[in-house]
Amino acid sequence: MKLNKIKLIAEDGRRIDGRLPEELRPIKIDIGILKNADGSAIVEYGATKVLAAVYGPREVVPRHEELADRAIIRCRYRMLSFSTQGERKSPAPSRREIELSKVIREALEPAILSNQYPRTAIDIFVEVINADGGTRTAGITAAAVALADAGIPMLDLVVAVAVGKLNGVLVVDLNGLEDMNSEADMPIAIMPSLGKITMLQLNGVLTPEDFRKALLLAINSINKIYELQKEALRRKYLTVEE
Amino acid sequence: MSSTPETFLIPKIKYSAILNVISKGFHVDRRAIMEYRQINITYNVAPNADSSVLLRLGNTQILAGIKLEIGQPFPDSPDEGILIVNAEYIPAASPVYEPGPPDENAIELARIIDRSLRESKAIALDKLSIVSGKKVWSLWLDIYVLDYDGNLIDASMLASMAALATTYIPYYEVDQTTGIVKVDRSRKSMPLPINRYVVTVTISKIGDYMVVDPIGEEEAVASGSITFSISEDNCIVGIQKRGMGVFSIDEIEKVMEIALNKGKEIIELLKKLTMNIK
Repeated sequence: MKLNKIKLIAEDGRRIDGRLPEELRPIKIDIGILKNADGSAIVEYGATKVLAAVYGPREVVPRHEELADRAIIRCRYRMLSFSTQGERKSPAPSRREIELSKVIREALEPAILSNQYPRTAIDIFVEVINADGGTRTAGITAAAVALADAGIPMLDLVVAVAVGKLNGVLVVDLNGLEDMNSEADMPIAIMPSLGKITMLQLNGVLTPEDFRKALLLAINSINKIYELQKEALRRKYLTVEE
Repeated sequence: MSSTPETFLIPKIKYSAILNVISKGFHVDRRAIMEYRQINITYNVAPNADSSVLLRLGNTQILAGIKLEIGQPFPDSPDEGILIVNAEYIPAASPVYEPGPPDENAIELARIIDRSLRESKAIALDKLSIVSGKKVWSLWLDIYVLDYDGNLIDASMLASMAALATTYIPYYEVDQTTGIVKVDRSRKSMPLPINRYVVTVTISKIGDYMVVDPIGEEEAVASGSITFSISEDNCIVGIQKRGMGVFSIDEIEKVMEIALNKGKEIIELLKKLTMNIK
């Protein structure tokens, strides 16, 4: 909303945190960090830190919600009360969290072979520990590896990243401050091997040309994160073998 | 918690029949695949509202109303009016809607419309200040789905835009000494300042076909949809993919072209429909 009040791109083309427009923040993926959950992961995009846990396939409670031909996928996205900058966030679910729970479920659902487990539920919990922009995208990346860690058959992993526009320049992986002052913020989730988009949102204004360029930019970054996901999964399962 | 919705049996059985019709380039109701149903707008259906609209898109009916109230601005935008969008699927609209607070679908609908209006600066909120830093107009836009037959987002956006375009700010006076604002709703001061029209174009994917404005039955067998918000100046001012389906990059580019073309067409139609009202 408050356009151009803050200079987000310096003369040398660098962003406020020193990154180039197409540069991601440092990304860290840790898998299997919870004992009880069937699958779990923590993903960090810079200062953004999101935990994802997966339970299931398990019995559906309440029973009447089960579907005869497939597993139901349930998802809750939530920000911990101390995860935000400034004031404490009320723990009651906000409208934003309700929408994002749906958006994240719909981003992951196409990847899960849910018809292999009829009459069961697969529960995905996404908890934002620290928010600095890109919590839904980090949440999707985390939930995808948590699902893989739970041994749930999938068509592909899902990777998400945001592309935005700052002072007229297209950039990837916006941090909190950039997000707040951006002209556009477009989170995208893709199944990288299949090249299928499972989530696409846009908050802001883009011209059709910008939109095309933003898509290409996102795919590039998503492939980089995809490699990190696969490497993190390999790391965990190689240690188990030894 | 967001949960996989139940799919309905009848449209599932009819799936191949629906797909067959669409493969020939037609909707089930014999429209061309890229054609909208007839749009019909009735104004001032609730005279107590500052503006109210009943919009029919085929059999889908949306009621949108606006109430203007005097409120306090947000500290970070002391001279800007406030826009609040809410939506509700009333239980009368479909046998599957239940009474209760808005569910995730209604919240998503309201937030898509809110974002499209806000990011495009469709309403000149900066002209809604009454006493700088102290009093501004709060614009409450409430959307009720009265009858469901597909394409609720596009219908709701059209209803909202039609209601906004026909809103008048009531006559008011500011008492300079006490700062109290007196409002006389029997008189109008000016039309609500609108910068640009915005519409949404939702494209649903049925099988491998892309269609606009599906009826309820078609929507039930669609794997997913993408909503593009398009402004009068031909910019994309919002996107939301919904449903469990996926789209390839090529499909997304195709869908964008459809949205830009259809968006322009619908904005022109909406302008005609809102012209000369009140």
